[in-house]
Amino acid sequence: MKKILLSSIIIIIGITFIGRLSYLQIFSFSPDQVLEDPAIKAIYDYPERGYIYDRDGELLVGNQPAYDVMVIPREVKPLDTLEFCGLLGLEKDRFVEILRKARIYSPRLPSVLVHQLSKEDYARLQEKMRHYEGFYIQKRSLRYYDTNSAANVLGYIREVNERDLAKNPYYVQGELTGGTGVEKVYEDILRGRKGVQYIQKDRFNRDIGPFKDGTWDTLPEQGIEINITIDKALQEYGERLMHGKWGGVVAIEPSSGEILSMISGPTYDPSLLVGRKRSANYSKLHYDSISKPTFDRSISFEKSPGSPFKAINALIALQEGAITPSTTFTCYHGFYIGRNKKGCHCGGGTRRLNDGIYKSCNAYFVGTYKKIFEQFPSNSEAMDAWEKHVRSFGLGGYLGSDLHTGRPGSVPSTDLYNKWYGIGDKRWSATTTYSNAIGQGEVNVTPLQLANMTAAIANRGHFFTPHILKKIDGKEISIPDFVEPKQTTIDKRHFEPVVQGMADVYRKGTAQYIQIPDIEIAGKTGTVENFIKIDSVKTQLTDNSVFVAFAPVDNPKIAIAVYIQNGYYGARYAGHIASLMIEKYLKGEITRKDLEKRMLERTLESEYAKPYSGQPFKINEYDWSQHAKKPETVDTALDTVER
Amino acid sequence: MAIHFFYVALVAIGWVSIYSSTFTESDVSLFDFSTLHGKQLFFIGASFVSIIIILALEANFYERFSSVFYIISLVLLLGLFVFGKTIAGATSWYDLGFFNLQPSELAKTATALALAKYLSDIQTDIKRGKDQLYAFLIVLIPAILIIPQPDPGSALVFFALVFVIFREGLPIYYLGIVLLAILVFVTTLMYGTVWVSIGLVLLLVLFLFLKKKTFKVGILPIVSVAIITVLFSLSVNFVFNNVFEQRHRDRFSLWLRLEKDPDKLEKIRKTIGYNTYQSEKAIESGGFFGKGFLEGTRTKGDFVPEQHSDYIFTTIGEEWGFLGTTTVVLLFTFLLLRLVYLAERQKTDFARMFGYGVISILLIHYFINIGMVIGILPTIGIPLPYFSYGGSSMLGFTALLFIFLRLDSNRLKEGF
Repeated sequence: MKKILLSSIIIIIGITFIGRLSYLQIFSFSPDQVLEDPAIKAIYDYPERGYIYDRDGELLVGNQPAYDVMVIPREVKPLDTLEFCGLLGLEKDRFVEILRKARIYSPRLPSVLVHQLSKEDYARLQEKMRHYEGFYIQKRSLRYYDTNSAANVLGYIREVNERDLAKNPYYVQGELTGGTGVEKVYEDILRGRKGVQYIQKDRFNRDIGPFKDGTWDTLPEQGIEINITIDKALQEYGERLMHGKWGGVVAIEPSSGEILSMISGPTYDPSLLVGRKRSANYSKLHYDSISKPTFDRSISFEKSPGSPFKAINALIALQEGAITPSTTFTCYHGFYIGRNKKGCHCGGGTRRLNDGIYKSCNAYFVGTYKKIFEQFPSNSEAMDAWEKHVRSFGLGGYLGSDLHTGRPGSVPSTDLYNKWYGIGDKRWSATTTYSNAIGQGEVNVTPLQLANMTAAIANRGHFFTPHILKKIDGKEISIPDFVEPKQTTIDKRHFEPVVQGMADVYRKGTAQYIQIPDIEIAGKTGTVENFIKIDSVKTQLTDNSVFVAFAPVDNPKIAIAVYIQNGYYGARYAGHIASLMIEKYLKGEITRKDLEKRMLERTLESEYAKPYSGQPFKINEYDWSQHAKKPETVDTALDTVER
Repeated sequence: MAIHFFYVALVAIGWVSIYSSTFTESDVSLFDFSTLHGKQLFFIGASFVSIIIILALEANFYERFSSVFYIISLVLLLGLFVFGKTIAGATSWYDLGFFNLQPSELAKTATALALAKYLSDIQTDIKRGKDQLYAFLIVLIPAILIIPQPDPGSALVFFALVFVIFREGLPIYYLGIVLLAILVFVTTLMYGTVWVSIGLVLLLVLFLFLKKKTFKVGILPIVSVAIITVLFSLSVNFVFNNVFEQRHRDRFSLWLRLEKDPDKLEKIRKTIGYNTYQSEKAIESGGFFGKGFLEGTRTKGDFVPEQHSDYIFTTIGEEWGFLGTTTVVLLFTFLLLRLVYLAERQKTDFARMFGYGVISILLIHYFINIGMVIGILPTIGIPLPYFSYGGSSMLGFTALLFIFLRLDSNRLKEGF
């Protein structure tokens, strides 16, 4: 027994060892350890991010060098602290504190001493840097904005977060990525590809040479420049006009679906989100819950379209044979729903399609809406047909554009009304849903959708998916979804009378005072009632001012939708801005200086202050001369952000 | 000849591992004695020379002079207290200029010889208490001299020689008691006295049920064993919490995975558990095929401390993978089994007992070293025979093995 005891022990030990080793080396082993291996450090070489140009090749976003002063604590030799702090523009206590923290982080690894020196400071410091051992300057690349507009379009750069890391293995903690806008959507193109160099480290984290003689290393690939469809001059001009006004403006080139400008008010200077003050500024913008400058109203703001939607109802009625251009309705300074009289501002009288549109007669369009329903055996079939037509204009859904965010808006359906009023033809009808006739009901749109709808009318029946990307690396894009037209369900022949009505809006209708010389514009005003809750009480605010237009009437070059919160009637703020932007885009200069002066000076800050004042307030004030030239009541984030 | 093959294979693999773990890009020559692998190559050469001398000497030279070797090594160990050179906190070396002599490595061989000599003496009867005591003393004296260096790892090795005494007739229940004590110690730390007591009672009940009817055992011995065990278990907790120092406690809690709090675990990993954690990770990262010769990133980065000496096995694990580690384990297993076979066929008591001494010493080094490196034993710093860097251990282990082979080659002559 004692003879085999020793042999057994030897064999048992052998089996135990091999068992443990197979656990360690076979079962616990995971092959992709290169980046997790503590002995290998990946040093990344970041390429310059691609430039962003406007549609004509004007620079919008470039890069600027920034210089970080770095320190490796254990290499620091005694130095003239006062002189050095003077050079850095740093207080001595602060300097000592940063150095102490850096030492705690790691005595052997570099830490940032001063973030993002300006070029001037860098030039001054560079000369003297060699006197200070343990300190060096690291160059970094930051975004540089050659415009103070289009922040909502361009987006900003931010550090990657946990979600980015989980989604895309390309990123490593601390890297930068596009946060919103074009920077986010075209991140892959703009970013390029970082180069990587693997370094063998020892246990003190010191480099001891290349890993595998550098055979795994890669060179960085440059970021690619892109042109976006934005017209820089138009965007900048639009933002100046939008000063002090909340709302969205979207201009589209109807023949291509290219977005010429996309303005959200209030907005901010994109340069605010670059450099040393970035996070402080971001917090101020982000937490401004009243004016919400980071909320992109041009694509995410869903509201009733108001009267511009009447054009769609006219087209549907023509298509369904409910009316002809000469069908008449009588307006009694309003119309009756059952026994209730609803008002109308058109002046009353007999209305045909043409003056129904240019005078924006509510009675005419409610009548038309009812006629549409009369074409069908049941209300639900009428509703289905109506919904299909409306949706064919790109309303009530995402357009499929290449914008980073947006809202779908809404278009009511049979299902919705069945749910609200009950199933059955008696439960609801055209009379129940008449608000849809004048764009005040269950239809909600974003300014982008409104602009796209206008483009579809301008094109007499089709539109191109609105998009923001024009060229990649100087070559025009040919994404099928963007270059193929989307047909509406309305025949081309029905558009002409509606377009004529819209042209007459400028000639003799609701927008006759904002005509632009030498340009034939077709447009439609909208004045939209709106409500908010103040202390749980539904309160009406000053109407939203809405305007859609395209020009020239024949062969249109621009279709625009302007939506101004609490701007009162359509021609007041929205109409002014739309007309001026059309003139700016088509002529390059402004002849209606009176309109321009008004828009540049007047702000709606006093309107926006009303619901927050805690005082009772009047709405829809006819006199707008006192609209503040300089806001005093609302302190928005934009006034307090630092540069 | 099988033994010679295993020996050469282990020495060769060992040197390649040392080369890899001390390699830097700037090295030019293999024979540069300023590098560790260059020095080790010199020691290997010296070992080969010593093999020739060992095999050239008369076989009975070793038996006759075993007491002299033993006394010389005791003197050398004593001398350390006066002339010793301190390296890394342990006064275990004589500075001989070109190399540092570690007498404890040589004392292992001498003690094995002396023990074999004493036990094989015609007048020694291992059944006698006095002779048992002398045998234990032969083993204990060098161990006691080594402990204060301090080098508890090497001292521990001497206790392996107790196995030789067992082989020669020490009652087996001595071993049983020691194993029971270790078992109770470990299980008490892991599960607490209450569970150990419950387990003990269950085991005894099971034993009473299953024992043969003819096997009579009084109730008193059983009860007293149970009581002593429970008392011992209670004392374990007391000793662990009051006598042990924190670093000892940490080592045990690391080994037995007693610590569950991830924050504390992370702290242990960075302090006393650092070696074990890094060596396990290095071996793990090798995978099945390993990263390849000189491609071990953790080896190159010196992540595992003492990698060329006590942790040399991690280099094999990282660079040669499971294939490499298994090969080494198999080589040791075959070497030891072959030695058992050779020891058992010896005609003289002295040769057989020395053979068992050789096996015991090699086995405990191999078991504790690899067991520690792969994380199944607590950290005890002793070298891996034929692998770890070090001239004294290389020479000592070589002498141990080849003295036995010299005795074995004389076996047929002795028989008559």
